[in-house]
Amino acid sequence: MAGPEIKAPPMREFPTVPVMRPDAMGGLKPFIASDKIQADLNFPGAQPAENWQHTHDTAIAKMGELLGQQRALKVYMDSCVHCGACTDKCHYFIGTGDPKNMPVARQDLMRSVYRRYFTLPGKLFPKLVGARDLTPDVLDEWYSYYHQCSECRRCSVFCPYGIDTAEVTMAGREILDAVGYGQKYSNEIIGKVHKIGNNLGLPGPALRDTLEGLEEDVLEDTGIAIRYPLDQKGAEVLLITPSADFFAEPHIDSLIGYGKVFHAAGISWTLSSMASEAGNFGLFIGNQEQLLKIAMRVREAALELGVKRIVVGECGHAWRVAYSFWNTLVGIGDGAGANDPFAIQLQSQLDHRYKQPMHICELTWDLIQQGALSFDKEANDHRVITFHDSCNVARGSRMGDMPGGQFEIPRNIIRAVANHYVEMAPGTTHEQTFCCGGGGGLLTDDLLDLRVKGALPRMEALKLVTDGKGVNFMATICAICKSQFSKVLPYYGYKMGMVGGVHQLVSTAIRLGDK
Amino acid sequence: MTLFFAALFYLATAVLLIGLVFRIADYWRTPAPFLIPTTPAPTTRGGVVLRMLREVTLFESLFKANLWIWVLGWLFHVSLLLVLLRHLRYFTQPVWAWVAFLQPFGIYAGLIMVAGLAGLWLRRFTVERIRYISTFSDHLMLLLLLSIAASGLSMKFLVHTDIVAVKEFFLGLMLFDIQPLPADGLLYVHLSLVALLMLIFPFSKLLHAPGVFFSPSRNQADNPREKRHQSAWTAKLETK
Repeated sequence: MAGPEIKAPPMREFPTVPVMRPDAMGGLKPFIASDKIQADLNFPGAQPAENWQHTHDTAIAKMGELLGQQRALKVYMDSCVHCGACTDKCHYFIGTGDPKNMPVARQDLMRSVYRRYFTLPGKLFPKLVGARDLTPDVLDEWYSYYHQCSECRRCSVFCPYGIDTAEVTMAGREILDAVGYGQKYSNEIIGKVHKIGNNLGLPGPALRDTLEGLEEDVLEDTGIAIRYPLDQKGAEVLLITPSADFFAEPHIDSLIGYGKVFHAAGISWTLSSMASEAGNFGLFIGNQEQLLKIAMRVREAALELGVKRIVVGECGHAWRVAYSFWNTLVGIGDGAGANDPFAIQLQSQLDHRYKQPMHICELTWDLIQQGALSFDKEANDHRVITFHDSCNVARGSRMGDMPGGQFEIPRNIIRAVANHYVEMAPGTTHEQTFCCGGGGGLLTDDLLDLRVKGALPRMEALKLVTDGKGVNFMATICAICKSQFSKVLPYYGYKMGMVGGVHQLVSTAIRLGDK
Repeated sequence: MTLFFAALFYLATAVLLIGLVFRIADYWRTPAPFLIPTTPAPTTRGGVVLRMLREVTLFESLFKANLWIWVLGWLFHVSLLLVLLRHLRYFTQPVWAWVAFLQPFGIYAGLIMVAGLAGLWLRRFTVERIRYISTFSDHLMLLLLLSIAASGLSMKFLVHTDIVAVKEFFLGLMLFDIQPLPADGLLYVHLSLVALLMLIFPFSKLLHAPGVFFSPSRNQADNPREKRHQSAWTAKLETK
């Protein structure tokens, strides 16, 4: 990309609140979706400037529609008191200093318009309450700053009313899509999911080749024939995993790990070419029809393959969608009502002795607890490991039976397969974890500057444990985190290979032969 | 003036109640199509009730966020509650025992309330980030609350008003039997500002009070796998 060279901001010795740099990121604008990309998602294409009145009316109508459909948005628009609790919590604000990246300011970009069109004081005294008309400039500002939010929900942890900026960002992007102002990266990917089956655009035959190649590699490596099956009817488990796992580094090492776990435990499993993608970018763009449509593929694959269990691989937002929304959207879960044939059709097929859906970490940890897996922990002795909690897992989902299981279970697995584990500083992990800087539909090179800056707080926490405790490996369970860190670690003087998956560690240590 | 204030309070009470009922009904009716609690979250309704109680009595999230805002905000809100309870003596005859017991605490609370509000306002000037996000109405709201407190405390500590007559006025108001209100400038100021606060409540950020109870990230149980959460809106999508 042309423009000034992208550099990491200096790490701060004592992470304090950054100095405000108004409009530091004001010009940032990810590539806009072409009319073709928009059309594939049934969104309108770019609107000519002279049609502004139409664009304006469409946007306001869409906003009204969303306010009527989503209690969260309505309550969040009304409830903020500008207390300031969230102002220093966003990694993009910390990394850029741009005050519009403070969560409250990001919300206010929309709240000001909400006040103008949907509240009495805003209609009567706009200046007094900070209300403003929707103008082309406002829409541009939305496009810029609603693509500087990774929807990580860190601010919602600290807000006294639980206001979740992610919901506001999603609504913002949904309104932008409705007026033909879509983001190329996310919308193009959703188009690929529908056309080809996954985000990376890997067609079925290529996927089959890839998996066969993988089987050969693993055989060569371990001397054991481990299967990576595709579209196997009657398998017990359907594994839904991010398509990055099929060939991206370091993702594939975790896929190898899942296969070894299934092999060692003797569980029959399969991938699906129809649903060869766990990711659901419908979440990122706040479009619930897309959210549903993408989730529906998983339901159809499960019905067609007749599987008893649905397990999800290492992917952050996909796990949020799977855990929190799949049951609502497509009935993958438990507890369908008696008059709910849609959900019953699938739920009667699933084996409810197991959690539905289940995270691969839950599956592995259950097997470890049952003594079904054994490990050479020494095989990981060259690694001093820390764990990066991924935002959607940490703040939008759960694992196991207890709240907070999403923190304990991955850590338990790491401790079970490796000897050297170190925590990063409190306040940067668990529910207060910092986003990697590339989530929420921002994992694109046209936003690289933002991604590098947004990684700052995580990099600072990492530096404390690499310098002080000798950490040389950061494990995580999210495909976006893995890709993002691989890309931005070098900007901070680290090797890209120091990030990897939890099942990469499992893969290194698991004993295969003697079971 | 008696008639003016009587009319003003009838109007303010009506706007406050009808406005709030309308807003709450609106929140209630708007679907929450997905489970979006900020996790880790309680897995049961009982757990959610406890979470909400901690949130509205201890301001748990704010405590995690920023100690200064928490101290000032919590002191202000608790003091305000005590002050409001203290004022129940103007609406009950005989005064309930626990309200009588609270009277001296209510006075201290009035002073602490002023300190809390002043601190919160000071932050709007001194902290760069908060200065940036403050709107004109944020300042006016603090000015309004401070003026109410100051005018009230002035009647307690500087120029006494005939509170027995004030009580007769409000007791009468509740029975639609208008009694004379003492002619007292400070009292007029105090009551006008209180009425103004009641009038703007349902249209302003003061909606955070009912809003917090409807915030899906706080009031939903974390049980999506165990129970199928459906709303009319998602059900409609399903059949498309």
